[in-house]
Amino acid sequence: MDLITREYKTVSRIAGPLLFLENVPKASIGEMVAIVLPDGRSRSGQVIEISEKYTVVQVLETTASMDVAGTSVRFSEYAAKLNLSIDMLGRRFNGIGEPIDGLPPIIPEVRADIVGMPINPVARDNPSDFIQTGISTIDGLNTLVRGQKLPIFSGAGLPAKEIASQILRQAKVPSTPLPLEGGGEGGGFAVVFAAMGITFRDAAYFQEEFEASGALQNSVIFLNLADDPTIERLITPRCALTTAEFLAFNYDMHVLVILTDMTNYCEALREIGAAREEIPGRRGYPGYMYTDLATIYERAGRIKGKKGSVTQLPILTMPDDDITHPIPDLTGYITEGQIVLSRELYRKGIYPPIDPLPSLSRLMNRGIGKGKTREDHRNVADQLYAAYAKGRDLRRLEAIVGETGLSEMDKKFLRFAEEFENKFISQRYTDRNIKETLNLGWELFKILPKESLTRIKMEFVEKYYKK
Amino acid sequence: MKGSIIKVSGPTVVAKGMRGAKMYDRVIVGSLGLLGEIVRLEGDTATMQVYEDTTGLSLGEDVISAGEPLLAELGPGLLSTVFDGVQRPLYHIYEGQGDFITRGIVVPALQRDKKWDFKAAVKKGDMVNEGDVIGLIQETENIIHKILAPPGISGVIREIKEGGLSVVDTAAVFEDGRKLTLMQRWPVRTPRPFKEKLYPKIPFITGQRVFDTLFPIAMGGTAIVPGGFGTGKTVAEQTLAKYANADIIIYVGCGERGNEMTEVLTEFPELVDPYTGLPLMKRTVLIVNTSNMPVAAREASIYTGITIAEYYRDMGYNVALMADSISRWAEALREISSRLEEMPGEEGYPTYMATRLANFYERGGRIRCLGKDERFGSISIVSAISPPGGDFSEPVTQASMRIAGALWALDADLAHRRHFPAVNWMRSFSLYIEYLQEWYKENIAEDWNILRQELMLLLQKEEGLSEIVQLVGIDAIPDSERIILEVARMIREEFLRQNAFSETDAFCPPAKQYWMLKAFLLYYKELDAMLKKGAALEDVLSHPARNDLVQMKEMKTEGFVEKVKGIINKMEMGIKQ
Repeated sequence: MDLITREYKTVSRIAGPLLFLENVPKASIGEMVAIVLPDGRSRSGQVIEISEKYTVVQVLETTASMDVAGTSVRFSEYAAKLNLSIDMLGRRFNGIGEPIDGLPPIIPEVRADIVGMPINPVARDNPSDFIQTGISTIDGLNTLVRGQKLPIFSGAGLPAKEIASQILRQAKVPSTPLPLEGGGEGGGFAVVFAAMGITFRDAAYFQEEFEASGALQNSVIFLNLADDPTIERLITPRCALTTAEFLAFNYDMHVLVILTDMTNYCEALREIGAAREEIPGRRGYPGYMYTDLATIYERAGRIKGKKGSVTQLPILTMPDDDITHPIPDLTGYITEGQIVLSRELYRKGIYPPIDPLPSLSRLMNRGIGKGKTREDHRNVADQLYAAYAKGRDLRRLEAIVGETGLSEMDKKFLRFAEEFENKFISQRYTDRNIKETLNLGWELFKILPKESLTRIKMEFVEKYYKK
Repeated sequence: MKGSIIKVSGPTVVAKGMRGAKMYDRVIVGSLGLLGEIVRLEGDTATMQVYEDTTGLSLGEDVISAGEPLLAELGPGLLSTVFDGVQRPLYHIYEGQGDFITRGIVVPALQRDKKWDFKAAVKKGDMVNEGDVIGLIQETENIIHKILAPPGISGVIREIKEGGLSVVDTAAVFEDGRKLTLMQRWPVRTPRPFKEKLYPKIPFITGQRVFDTLFPIAMGGTAIVPGGFGTGKTVAEQTLAKYANADIIIYVGCGERGNEMTEVLTEFPELVDPYTGLPLMKRTVLIVNTSNMPVAAREASIYTGITIAEYYRDMGYNVALMADSISRWAEALREISSRLEEMPGEEGYPTYMATRLANFYERGGRIRCLGKDERFGSISIVSAISPPGGDFSEPVTQASMRIAGALWALDADLAHRRHFPAVNWMRSFSLYIEYLQEWYKENIAEDWNILRQELMLLLQKEEGLSEIVQLVGIDAIPDSERIILEVARMIREEFLRQNAFSETDAFCPPAKQYWMLKAFLLYYKELDAMLKKGAALEDVLSHPARNDLVQMKEMKTEGFVEKVKGIINKMEMGIKQ
């Protein structure tokens, strides 16, 4: 490291969140810079493109009151790094990892690059520990396992944050009864919470929830609220995940990462793309959004020989409830399933309004079955899906032809769908264990004749189907 | 040749002082030694796509051209290995560098210290031409690796070795002093030559009823599997990698999930190849470039994959290449193109995307190999496509559909009701049926294609009837049509649906498929006959054969045909009565 500070006053253009500097010979990609305003205030930024003509700096805070003549830029020679320490637990930081809880800065054990490096695919361990969330539609139908990334696809006004905090409150690995004690092995449980552009109200809700559930001293909070600088949001999830990896792989902790709201993150990405005059992709989002999102979502999982794990629970708002919008679409292509909230169920007063049909957990099969949950789990889930899907179809049919146009059998499926929504999906804030969830499934199957349970093995029907 | 960096933007780097460099030459970029490839030349400046993250690069750093294109190392030791998109062995990187992939690592693709037992197939004084077998190596228990004279190389053998050799050891020396090692290097973007392309006539058996019976592909054929997220593309690709009757499987995980690849990596060494009884990994090469690994290496990964596939094809093997997913490849191409500031075509994809895609698919096919012994090899390509929003009208799906011989269209609606494989039988197609008819006639049954057509017809009728039922209700349609709906529903549930996680049902051999289908279609005729004789609908629908039929798929393959013939006989008696 050289001790001569390299400072340049060659800003030639400022556009949106970008500064264009001329004649900077030795800037490097990803390097952090301090931008000193004419009045002496300082802001931070990052080099995103270099050429002989221009060096482009992305300003993490606002560019307000910067000018072309008086602004100087000081280059640090460092890529964006974050100070890490076990003492971060219980602390609160802003979107770029500076403490905002009035306490002194942490003393770093390690300084790590926030971009991180890809986990070597052969170093990954198979995620297969069932996490019981106490929510039937998740445990029964879309099981979450440790090391998975399972986003919640919400809509404006739907209770995603309530569901996320309910999961946080109730999540346990059944072998250990206390929610926050973590698994039998490993160094306990931690929550890393990253807020990106959410309102103060939502952020306060989460903090209260953490406090009420006793998770606060085990949590690390990164806050970038709606009135904080937009571009900071590009850094926030990376700070959170760098912290999570540190806790999981250096301290053997089971870390649950909540990222909310990814929609705001993507909009920040779009803003940068537009400012750089890039060719926009679908709906104006940059063409590399898939790759960019992957560098966030893929930072979940387990590593061979390490006890800890990183489980991600990102929340995103589907614009206009449209699941084909680029944000949920690209997310769904990267994450291991999705929990989709339904406005229709919410209007009916059903909580949690999780629509099982479009929801999915890709790692479910590894976490369930004999020895993990129960032997009949897969079959019960398949049958519930099939029967509910059929009931929903019939509902549409009933709306056209009327109830009299339906056969007796059809009416049974209609009733099944009704009861399924009211008893299985709807559970308010109760905490159901997996046996209760599966038994509830069998309870509902009683509405249907035994012969129609074609997705379940005969032996299980004999064992569990009781009149 | 050495140049210096004048611009860095994402994965693209521009350097000056590169006069004399050639397009697609391999380059080493910066003090970190990142691997890249030249994609544009203008005067003395060269633009490169870099296969590793460019963070930390600065102006003025060196760029060194290797003077040769990106090459794949081809030789024994490819099987059972896991590579990244530019053929770096991931296990070696893991052992050397730890859990995370660091940058600037140079590891040869093939292990240098391993000795292979080489058995010479030629002797001193023999004339050897390109493609001739010069020796054999038992690579894994079931695969004999043939060492071939590389394309363009011929001469008279002066010396030939025998016994333990490493891939870089000389195996043969020609009269003029040229040497052949066990290993050869080949530019990944250039197709390997062959004598001629042949019509595909042998089916590529997948053990999946909806594919083999309804939309079969041939050895050397191309199938595309488009579907929105959660429709089961990856499960379909993995099922095929497990059960397809190919000799060699090349699985390219192109820009997909890390944990999914873990599944393949933990499952394949344990799972058994249904044809040879050996672990699946023994016939598999994995190329893994997950979504968070560098985007340019993702672009290269399918070429690395197809080059290895061609190498085994040239030995006379039937190779299957699974690409999951080709959309991620196209996106990588788009990302690089946009950094190069090229004029975009549809949806931002470069205008040459469709051509590149066609060139890739055309590297598949059944061929007569180079070499004097008549060898035949094939590459079948099954590529997954991830259309944004599940909308098939997007450019990658459309460009692939124009080339592919079979379309297996996955459907979100079927997936939501957990009907897997979620193949939409109305939208899918296969252009290979005519070529394959002969084989099915000889090996399965005379009436295979007739039954297949009957099945399609029945499903089509059901589609039409369902629409009517939606309008007027089930009671308003005649009984003869009620039974069509009933039988079609049963066929959907019990024949088209197949459980990839069931031990017996995951793989269904063609003969079992044929007899199952025959029984279902006969069941329909039986119900129809009963109705015509005046039986009441309730009695017809509660026909006793029903329970036998729904259990067919879980029956063991051994003795299956006899059992089903029994069921069929009973039904035939019923019809005659």
